[in-house]
Amino acid sequence: MVEMINITKRFPGILANDRVSFSVKAGEIHALLGENGAGKSTLMSILTGLYRPDEGEIRIQGTPVDLQSPRDAVAHGIGMVHQHFKLVKPFTVAENIILGLKGIKEVYNLKSIDESVAQLSREYGLHIQPDSPIWQLSVGEQQRAEIVKILFRGAEILILDEPTAVLTPQEAKDLYKTLRKMADLGKAIIVISHKLSEVLAHTDAITVLRGGRSVGTVRTKETSEMELTRMMVGRPVMLETVKNPVNRSSKVLELHNLSALGNRGQFALKEINLDIYGGEIVGIAGVAGNGQRELAEVVAGLRAIERGQKKVDGNDLTLASPKQMIQAGVSYVPEDRLGTGLVPNLNAMENYLLKGVQRMPSGFINWKQVAQETAEVIKKYDIKVPNPKNPVKMLSGGNLQKLLLGREISGKPRLIVTMYPMRGLDVGAMETIRSLLLQERDRGAAVLLISEELEELFALSDRLAVLHGGEVMGVVDPHKTTFEDVGLMMAGKRMAAHG
Amino acid sequence: MEQSIWLALLSTGVVAGTPILFAALGEILTERAGILNLGVEGMMLVGAVTGFMVTMSTHNQWMGLLMAIVAGGLMALIHAFLSITLRANQVVSGLALTIFGTGLSGFLGKDLIGVPLTDTFKPIPIAGLSEIPWIGDILFKHDALVYISYGLIFILWFFLYRTKTGLELRAVGENPAAADAAGINVFAIRYACVIAGGMLAGAAGAYLSLAYAPSWLENMTAGRGWIAVALVIFGTWNPLRAFLGSFFFGTIDVMGFTMQTIGIQIPSFFLKMLPYIFTIAVLIVVTRETKTRRVASPEALSIPYNREER
Ligand SMILES: Nc1ncnc2c1ncn2[C@@H]1O[C@H](COP(=O)(O)OP(=O)(O)OP(=O)(O)O)[C@@H](O)[C@H]1O
Ligand SMILES: [Mg+2]
Repeated sequence: MVEMINITKRFPGILANDRVSFSVKAGEIHALLGENGAGKSTLMSILTGLYRPDEGEIRIQGTPVDLQSPRDAVAHGIGMVHQHFKLVKPFTVAENIILGLKGIKEVYNLKSIDESVAQLSREYGLHIQPDSPIWQLSVGEQQRAEIVKILFRGAEILILDEPTAVLTPQEAKDLYKTLRKMADLGKAIIVISHKLSEVLAHTDAITVLRGGRSVGTVRTKETSEMELTRMMVGRPVMLETVKNPVNRSSKVLELHNLSALGNRGQFALKEINLDIYGGEIVGIAGVAGNGQRELAEVVAGLRAIERGQKKVDGNDLTLASPKQMIQAGVSYVPEDRLGTGLVPNLNAMENYLLKGVQRMPSGFINWKQVAQETAEVIKKYDIKVPNPKNPVKMLSGGNLQKLLLGREISGKPRLIVTMYPMRGLDVGAMETIRSLLLQERDRGAAVLLISEELEELFALSDRLAVLHGGEVMGVVDPHKTTFEDVGLMMAGKRMAAHG
Repeated sequence: MEQSIWLALLSTGVVAGTPILFAALGEILTERAGILNLGVEGMMLVGAVTGFMVTMSTHNQWMGLLMAIVAGGLMALIHAFLSITLRANQVVSGLALTIFGTGLSGFLGKDLIGVPLTDTFKPIPIAGLSEIPWIGDILFKHDALVYISYGLIFILWFFLYRTKTGLELRAVGENPAAADAAGINVFAIRYACVIAGGMLAGAAGAYLSLAYAPSWLENMTAGRGWIAVALVIFGTWNPLRAFLGSFFFGTIDVMGFTMQTIGIQIPSFFLKMLPYIFTIAVLIVVTRETKTRRVASPEALSIPYNREER
């Protein structure tokens, strides 16, 4: 149905796609795999007319087409759900759907549009309220809005860029069910993903990109996790995490009956009691929005504590500012790397310096030293930075995360708070981040790991706390519990604390 | 105070607010598409002098108005080119245009200062409506341009909130990347809105020199362009609220004059300061209000759009 032939795309200083060929058939779910920065998003942005290829040809149903803009791509039945959603926040779902749509009258009737949107979403089993404004919706709902938007345009070719990165396991399952339904109706579906297990379970064919080049296309039935990782990384990757036995030292973080407010003024954390020791990783499990972000912010000093107490190494820091928390040895690796974590328009060196600027005693910056330290971090963690003088917003997700974690670890923190650290990362980068966190633990640091991925939590944590509705449902030993038990606790069931 | 004085105050308030209203409606359109135009003051001045000159030579105030609109549009075209195509800093570009417009109008109007004009926009009471007690006196005993401004409020409101093009325009101002991905021509919409906004600023200037104070004075806008920019925030980018705001500012503007006629002695410099003091006060109040309610500025306001950047 779609063929991309010898596509090449250059960005300043980098060859993002190098003579890539790729094709999808109608009725097929086709996965696009590759490391961070392999060029997957770029290739798909070319197919949707967002970027212009420097060389190469695109054919749809055998005829060559010239996609000059997203408008052209829409006209050829191509629709894409981008990694970062393209929705207008103050508009309703229906208003977003009719944006740019042909055949809508100049003075339109929103009521009847609401109805046809509702009908279409029912047809595909995509539950969505057409008249709710986007900013009120959860990430999963926003994604459904994006999909309905594309279907409403009568798209025959659907592209989804890392659709499950931000979904809960249940939402991801539902999404693939919907995608299969659409494929059965004769649509061609392209999914970019880093999660090998879901790709193996739900797709028909897989194309792997590496360093901007196509490594090959395989049938899902005829391949394995091992083969895919080898294709992606170019070397075998250890998927099993090797973990040294835990070696606990003194108490690093103590939270006592701690309560804090959420953004809307309600209590987001209620009477939290949690201790973390040096040399252990404590995982926080829970469905997103049950107080995880607030917990991380409270520990980092970014959110005020309403009641209760917070201590680091025995010192009461309940009222401490972020700066005092940093001085106490607390490092924070936030959820949004390009916002709270790093400054998008500054380069790698400047971003690296941000945390260390207090170490410059004279008040003047010794750029030579900064350049040297940054270069060391870049080399040590194998960060792909085309040019350390480019703004970091040009880096791909995995490399951003490595840079951020590298910066945070370089100060030898007592406590590392990290939220969804593997989100959107490829297997190689995931392996690096995992071993970095374990190294820090073995060095004696305390690690607070917040995640939605149970596999990741079970593999890394020494103890596992489950949050539900802002309360700790229990603290368990992952070696003595099952996924099911933790799942029940995530849904609100209380468990006796052990471990 | 006597009733007739109140009526006179509110009625002249509407007239004094009209140039601010024209400019504010133009700025709403521009900012809704995501472009900040701080050149309004300059565009008004160029509009005022152009309107005056053309009316002097053609003896037709409508011709003068038309040319003022064209002049405002041309100035805005420069702003559009700089800020949309070249992606220049919109604050700098707008300020530069205000300075340029002030100088240019002063230069063009050098020999026009104090020259009387006969062909001006004169009040035309609307039969029927002007008979309504109070309302008729305040709203319906003015010149044609005031009535046109009433119409524009509703047209602009309907356009923004009820039409497909209006929806697309607002999308461009909120999230140009989303609009672009939906196949909307971001550049065309932004150009059109900036130019239309400049045209309205030109009309605002012409109102000053052809209707409000039919004459030419250097710098005769006296900061009204800036008040219009502030009013857009006060009006939360909504044309209906912009009308209330301009009426309010117009009334404050003429209040000093009214007070003098009834014999209240207030230092004149203080009276001249009033509208600006109110501007600051209103901005403080509104900024606090917008923080709590969800009426923020268009999210992409003053951010240039570049498709291949992320
Ligand atoms: N707009 C841009 N300007 C400059 N460089 C870019 C741009 N977009 C992408 N790149 C670079 O091109 C390369 C490929 O990026 P792309 O986003 O396609 O990777 P990806 O495979 O989608 O990675 P990820 O899994 O992290 O999303 C990267 O090195 C990236 O830094
Ligand atoms: Mg990507």
